[in-house]
Amino acid sequence: MNLVTSRPSPQLNANGELIHLITLEGLPREIITGILDRAAPFTEIAEREVKKVPLLRGKSVFNLFFENSTRTRTTFEIAAKRLSADVINLNINTSSTAKGETLLDTVDNLAAMQADMFVVRHASSGAPYLIAQHLASTGREHIHVVNAGDGRHAHPTQGLLDMYTIRHYKQDFTGLAVAVVGDVLHSRVARSQLHALATLGVPDIRVVAPKTLLPSGVERMIGSGRLRVFHDLREGLKGVDVVMTLRLQNERMLGALLPSPQEYFKSYGLTPEKLALAKPDAIVMHPGPMNRGVEIDSAVADGRQAVILPQVTFGIAVRMAVMAMLAGA
Amino acid sequence: MRIRVKNGRVVDPARCFDSAADLFIADGRIVSLGDTPPAGFVAEGTIDATGCIVCPGLVDLSARLREPGLEYKATLESEMAAAAAGGVTTLACPPDTDPPLDEPGLVEMLRHRARLPEFANVHPVGALTVALAGQRLTEMAELAEAGCIAFGQANIAVVDTQVLLRAMQYAATFGFSVWLQAQDPYLARGGVAHDGEVAARLGLTGMPVVAETIALATLLHLARETGVRLHLQRISSAAGLEMIRAARAAGIAVTCDVAAHQLHLCENDIGWFDPHCRLDPPLRSSVDRDALRAGLADGGIDALCSDHTPVDDDAKQAPFAEAEPGATGLELLLPLTLRWAAEMKLPLAKALARVTSDPARVLGIPAGSLAPGAAADICVFDPEATFRVSRETLRSQGKNTPFLGHALKGRVRYTLIDGHLAHHDDMA
Repeated sequence: MNLVTSRPSPQLNANGELIHLITLEGLPREIITGILDRAAPFTEIAEREVKKVPLLRGKSVFNLFFENSTRTRTTFEIAAKRLSADVINLNINTSSTAKGETLLDTVDNLAAMQADMFVVRHASSGAPYLIAQHLASTGREHIHVVNAGDGRHAHPTQGLLDMYTIRHYKQDFTGLAVAVVGDVLHSRVARSQLHALATLGVPDIRVVAPKTLLPSGVERMIGSGRLRVFHDLREGLKGVDVVMTLRLQNERMLGALLPSPQEYFKSYGLTPEKLALAKPDAIVMHPGPMNRGVEIDSAVADGRQAVILPQVTFGIAVRMAVMAMLAGA
Repeated sequence: MRIRVKNGRVVDPARCFDSAADLFIADGRIVSLGDTPPAGFVAEGTIDATGCIVCPGLVDLSARLREPGLEYKATLESEMAAAAAGGVTTLACPPDTDPPLDEPGLVEMLRHRARLPEFANVHPVGALTVALAGQRLTEMAELAEAGCIAFGQANIAVVDTQVLLRAMQYAATFGFSVWLQAQDPYLARGGVAHDGEVAARLGLTGMPVVAETIALATLLHLARETGVRLHLQRISSAAGLEMIRAARAAGIAVTCDVAAHQLHLCENDIGWFDPHCRLDPPLRSSVDRDALRAGLADGGIDALCSDHTPVDDDAKQAPFAEAEPGATGLELLLPLTLRWAAEMKLPLAKALARVTSDPARVLGIPAGSLAPGAAADICVFDPEATFRVSRETLRSQGKNTPFLGHALKGRVRYTLIDGHLAHHDDMA
C-alpha cells in the first residue's frame, strides 16, 4: 500500500506549492530540485563583500528550539539574516517533568507577535506538523513552519543540503550508489536522506548498521524496493559513490544497543582501509558534529574525499532557498 | 412502572432470539416477550420501536469514568450520560483513578455516587496491588465486599513475577477474577506505536508484538499454576490471540477482550501523527487487525469493549509520543460493533452477543439478557440511522476519538436501565 499518495501532504497547498517544510517524504521531485536550483546562486552571496539580499526584509523569523542545538540554529540564523529577515532566537528547555505552557500555547503567543516563520527543533517526532496543523486550523496558515529536526522523524533541510552536496560533486543522481552508515534507528537525518535519495532516483541505496540500530521494516521504509540493508560495512561500501556517515550518540551505550564506542568503531567506523572499497572518487559526508574515532577515523574526516565542511557552507544556501521559497520571495 | 416496547425487532443474543415482538416491562424487570401483553398488564408507558432493534443494554468491560481524582478529564455525570447515549447499561471501570481503587472506602464512594437511576450499573475493578505499584496485595476480600467485581491493574504491569504469582494465588483462594493487560514493561518501554513500518517511517519508538506475547506467556503460565480465573484485556496482536487459543485448548480457564477501535484501525491510520491514534495497546498491523476481527467472530475473543478513555484536549494536543493515550468510546461501541458485523456478514444476534451476553458472562452477572425476570436494561436502536461523530454530539467529556468526522450507522433511540428511561433520542 502506498501511504505517501494516500495521505494529504501537510506541507503543500491545494496548488501543490510548498507552504511548510516538514519532511522530505512525499515531497515531489520538482520541488526538491527547485530548492536545490534556488540554492545555487545563494552560495555566491557568501563570497561577496556584503553578504545580504533583501528578500526577507521586514519579515520576522522565529528560531523556536525546544531542543538544544548550536550548529543548526546558527546556520538558520545566518541564512535568515543574509535574507535580511529579523531573527528572534528562542531556546525553550522542556522536559517531560517540567509542567508549564503547552507547545501550542507557546506557538499562539509567538504568533501573536506577528511571526512570519517558525523554524522548529523539537525532541518529539511530529511536533512541527502539529504546529503547522494548529496554525492552519486557527486561520494563520500564512505563518510558515520549517522543521529544523523533530525527534527521529525528519531533518529536511539537512537532507536537502546533503542532496545539494551530492549534486555538486556527482551532478547526476540516477547512476549513483549511496550508503548511509550508522544509527539509522535514532536518526532523523537518515530518514530525510533516504526519502530524498529515493525521490531523486538514486538506483542503489544502502543502509549499513548493526541490527540494534535499524528500525524494523527499514527495507520497506522508502518503498520501491531499492533499499538494501547491510550489516557488514565492507560489503556495504563496495563500489559506492557516496558514503553518508551518521553521528553515533553516546547514550546508545546505555540503552544496551551497543557494547562500546571502541567495538562500534572496529565494525562500523569509517577508516581509510574500508573507504578504499568504495569507488576511488567516492565522497564522504557527515551531518556533524563528528565523533572522531567512533563513527569516523580522523584520516577520513580530514582526508581528500571528505566534503564535510562544504556541506556546512551549502547548508546556509539551502536554508536561504527554503526560506525564500516559503516566503514567496 | 409498566412499559410496553412495541413494534420492534427483538434480538436477545443469549437465547438466539431474533424476531418481531413487543417487550413488556414491569417494576424494572422484563415480564414477557410476545405479541400480546400478559394477563392483567396495562401499560403506563409505551415506547415505539418501529424500525428499531430492541436488545439487551450493552455491557462494557472497560470504561474509564475518571472518578475519583481525574474530574478534569471526565465526571461520573458526563460519562454516565455518554453510556446511556451509547446504549451501555452495565460497565466495569478500571482501577487507575487518582487515587487508584485500592481501598474499600473509595469503591464505596464511587458505587454510592453511581447509584442514580439513570446511571448505568457500575462494577468497579479493584486494584490488584496497592497503588497499582505491583508490590503489596490489596485487601481483596474487603474490596469485593465493597463492590469490586474483579481485580486488575488497568494497563500497568506487575513487574515482579513473584508478586504476580502471589496475587493470583490469593485471588484464586476467594474465587476472584484477575483482569490484566498483557504488556511486558521492559519491551514496551518508550513504545508509542506498533513496531513496524509506520513507526519506522515516522520516527516513533516502536512497541513490538513480543511485548504482548512474552507477557501473555507469563500470565498464562501463572494462570495454569494458580487456577485463577484470568481475563486478558485488550489484546492487540494475531500472535497473542493464537497463544490464548492454544492455552484454552490446553484447558486453562482464560477469557479475553479486544477494544472496538482495534477492529477498524491499524498502524496506517496514524497518518500524520494523529494523536487520536495514540492508543494503548497501540494500533498494530492490518494483519493483526484482521486476525482480531476474525477471532471475535469465531469466539476466540470473548467480548468487545469500548476501552473508553476520555482525555482532555490539553493532554491530547501534543506531539504524538507526548499525547496521552486513549480514546473515548462508550458512544461508539454499538456503531463500531454493527460495522464489524456488517463487514464480517455476521448475524445480528451473534454480533450483539459480544457486547451483551458474552461480557456479562465474563463479569459473572445476570446482565445482557431479555429473559423474563431479568432486569429491564434495554437498548433500542435504529440500525439504519447514520450520524457523524463530532465534538458537539459526543456527550462524553472526552472528545478524543480517531473516528471524529466519520459517519457511523446505528443510533440509540432509547436506553432503559432497570426499567427507567435513561436516554431518549428524539432526533428520529
